[in-house]
Amino acid sequence: MESRLTVPQIQQKANDIREDIITMLEKAGSGHSAGPLGMADIFAALYFNILNLRPSEPEWADRDIFFLSNGHAVPVQYAAMAEAGFFPKDELLTLRAFGSRLQGHPEREKLPGLENTSGPLGSGLSQAAGYAYTMQYIDDIKHRFVYVMMGDGELNEGNIWEAAMFAGKYKLSQLIGFIDRNNIQIDGNTEDVMPLEDLKGKWESFGWHVLEIDGHNIESIIDATSQARAITNRPTVIIAHTIPGKGVDFMEYDYKWHGMPPNSEQAKVALEKLRTLDGKITHEGAGV
Amino acid sequence: MSYPLDPALFSDDMKLDPTRAGFGRGLKAAGEANEAIVALCADLTESTQMHLFRDAFPKRFVEVGIAEQNLVTVASGMARAGKIPFTSSYAAFSPGRNWEQIRTTVTLNNQPVKIVGSHAGIYTGKDGATHQMLEDIALMRVLPRMVVVAPGDAIEAEKATMAIAENGQPSYIRLAREKTPVFSMQESPFEIGKAYILKDGTDVSLMGTGTMTYQLLLAAKILAENGINAEVVHVPTIKPLDEETILASAKRTGRVITAEEAQIAGGFGSAIAELLSEKLPMPVKRFGVQDRFGESGDPKEIFQSMGLTGEQIAESVQVWCGETHQYHQ
Repeated sequence: MESRLTVPQIQQKANDIREDIITMLEKAGSGHSAGPLGMADIFAALYFNILNLRPSEPEWADRDIFFLSNGHAVPVQYAAMAEAGFFPKDELLTLRAFGSRLQGHPEREKLPGLENTSGPLGSGLSQAAGYAYTMQYIDDIKHRFVYVMMGDGELNEGNIWEAAMFAGKYKLSQLIGFIDRNNIQIDGNTEDVMPLEDLKGKWESFGWHVLEIDGHNIESIIDATSQARAITNRPTVIIAHTIPGKGVDFMEYDYKWHGMPPNSEQAKVALEKLRTLDGKITHEGAGV
Repeated sequence: MSYPLDPALFSDDMKLDPTRAGFGRGLKAAGEANEAIVALCADLTESTQMHLFRDAFPKRFVEVGIAEQNLVTVASGMARAGKIPFTSSYAAFSPGRNWEQIRTTVTLNNQPVKIVGSHAGIYTGKDGATHQMLEDIALMRVLPRMVVVAPGDAIEAEKATMAIAENGQPSYIRLAREKTPVFSMQESPFEIGKAYILKDGTDVSLMGTGTMTYQLLLAAKILAENGINAEVVHVPTIKPLDEETILASAKRTGRVITAEEAQIAGGFGSAIAELLSEKLPMPVKRFGVQDRFGESGDPKEIFQSMGLTGEQIAESVQVWCGETHQYHQ
């Protein structure tokens, strides 16, 4: 953003994003709850501090690029974009509705500010790598960065590892990946469905610089991206440990909320929880 | 406005050249004309003739290794960065292996990525059924926004490559491995979305795509010796179809033959049959691969085993015309 928010302000935005997510999913009557809530802090940090963007000029030539690979998590991106001023917040309530720009999975041409179309998993890292390759080797652009968000479940896809090998070979140092390490996927816990560990070791062996952070600590998120931008001979992946459903206690850690929206009663309780949390953040500074 | 055919056609001096070679020359020429063009290959750079581009523009060439899913998705990202990416591999692998990535990150995402499928069809010969891609036309033609081109010979492949470089759309170009007869000339017309009448006729329309057009020219020559005046329509662009030219020819002759070296299910013949059944229903006979796989062998042997040589098509059409009335409105 052109004006970067402070850590407490970003925490407040993350909470606003969580409330938006609950409200829009309840209205839509379908969609994914757990992942988006878990990623709210990262998206708040991205859209209010890390990314160089102009919400009023989505195709601004000097912008940073953000690709969403796990397209089903798009409610958190829509909420962050609306909070950042890419489009009116009221429009969030059209999520998944016929004629809406806010498709169930993101479609680039529908909504200015989206860089790709995604949903089928595993293809976002390659697209980010293609963009980063173009900047590094063809257009000689050094001051812009390409960020990509991946889910941990989607690391089951072979396409991800083809891209990891590619980015490692070409030392795509302007490429910065996030992995939302929330340990859940549709059929259960990631280590039961298809084990990913040693995840850090895997990425390192592909030639990546790997950082592991608490994905709910805004300062850590911002610091990790600063470090990633300073590394000039390798791509960086940030394994962000998150709690699925974060902020809504009855959703936290429960894989059943991966692909489910709250009903109106659940949404009411969730919003109540989030408002309470909001109070905590304001008064206790959430550990910052 | 007749279509100039190479005078050496059917003579001992008939030129032979693989369509992939035409592609290689066309890509280099397109690269010279437009700096936004980049090329990506999955470890088959000489096979797909992309080495001509690589050697001329090393900075704009990307080796992705044997990873066809990554091939098109990296290309999609490069397109977002303003490039016009050409991706090449064998058609069995791209679009054979990476169809979903093409669907989502190229066509739905609407990026002008070019899918170049070399070694398509039964001209792939000795490599056998795994490598003889016969389903690519059907796979690509069902995708919204995708342009599908199967050039008839190497000269046309060169022109088609240069044309899709500048069309701003997701596009698929289908190429053959082996040398095939060159029937067109530098001055022959080529435009995306246009079909061409190579020979006028009144008794039956022989409509071909890709390298099968040569077999139809040969069939028409044999049919003429047996009293059947066949019209030959070359349809290099399978999508979008040149409905006007196709319907006008069908209307003139009242009987239509289609030919492709691909599965007839969902392919070029299907596209023609769909058009005619909706707009001008009439007898249609489709030549192509009839719901089976290929096998190893000399291309000529495989063509023969499938009844797809010009001689066999002529014989079959002769019989068919004898038992099928011309449809006239």
